[in-house]
Amino acid sequence: MLELSLNILDVAQNSIKAQSTLIELDVEINSEQDRLVVLINDDGFGMSSEQLEKVTDPFFTTRDTRSVGLGVPFFKDAAESTGGEFKIESAPGKGTSVRAVFGLSHIDRVPLGDMNATVEMLVFFNTGIDFVYRYRVDDEEFALDTREIKELLEGAPIDSPEVKIFISEFLKENTTEINKGRIF
Amino acid sequence: MKSLAELKAIKEKMQGQVGIRNNDQAETRVVVGMATCGIAAGARPVLQTLSTLVQEKNIPGVIVTQTGCIGLCQYEPIVEVYDPEGEKVTYINMDEEKAKEIVDKHLVRGAVVTEYTVGNI
Repeated sequence: MLELSLNILDVAQNSIKAQSTLIELDVEINSEQDRLVVLINDDGFGMSSEQLEKVTDPFFTTRDTRSVGLGVPFFKDAAESTGGEFKIESAPGKGTSVRAVFGLSHIDRVPLGDMNATVEMLVFFNTGIDFVYRYRVDDEEFALDTREIKELLEGAPIDSPEVKIFISEFLKENTTEINKGRIF
Repeated sequence: MKSLAELKAIKEKMQGQVGIRNNDQAETRVVVGMATCGIAAGARPVLQTLSTLVQEKNIPGVIVTQTGCIGLCQYEPIVEVYDPEGEKVTYINMDEEKAKEIVDKHLVRGAVVTEYTVGNI
């Protein structure tokens, strides 16, 4: 993948397929520790220990349209090739949690890319699922919680044009403020 | 920091417009493949472009959705357009520019852009 935000979009599709009702995405950049940490947590139906063992194997997939499953292996490789680590935990009925740690300044680290586009795609095309997105750079952070948004909207659709524009601006302005001209 | 406070005003404004959406029209479905193969090949901006333009141009009876892998990974990004009768046109190797053309020619004027279809390879 050309951007980590695409890996995140891809891995989050697994949470959607697992019928999650809440998906949490955390991106945490720590320049002192020289790390970029991505967390993806869901409350979906989870995986058995047999499935969990095979999930990082590129020749394992639950699909029948093709015989390879590269989403998780790509993400794992992207992390490990930067001196980072990758961990996935899951249990049936308990959801799944993915944690990828990247060496922030490592030459092989793929840029984070357009994380806001990933969040927008997830929120606007899966209106029945709630998302919490947290973005943190050192000691500054912001969060987007669709549960709060839906409460304020009192039944008005989250994917209506006016709300979409608001959410895009919310993500853009807050990200710009935190990034302070830096590109991750 | 931008807060969610503005949402209240937006919601209030929207309430005056409830009912003008014509949801009961016959539907054309535009489906974008968003599995690993699609995403890696550039499906995210394609989906974003299609969805934004359909909304901006207020094209009636068209919905844009996403799907998984349909097994033609080498031709991703793939966009399928189903007309209200269920007839399907499959566009392959899509990008933002081609997506704009599909909106203007196919979704607005009803003319299939044959050069981008799977039958044209």
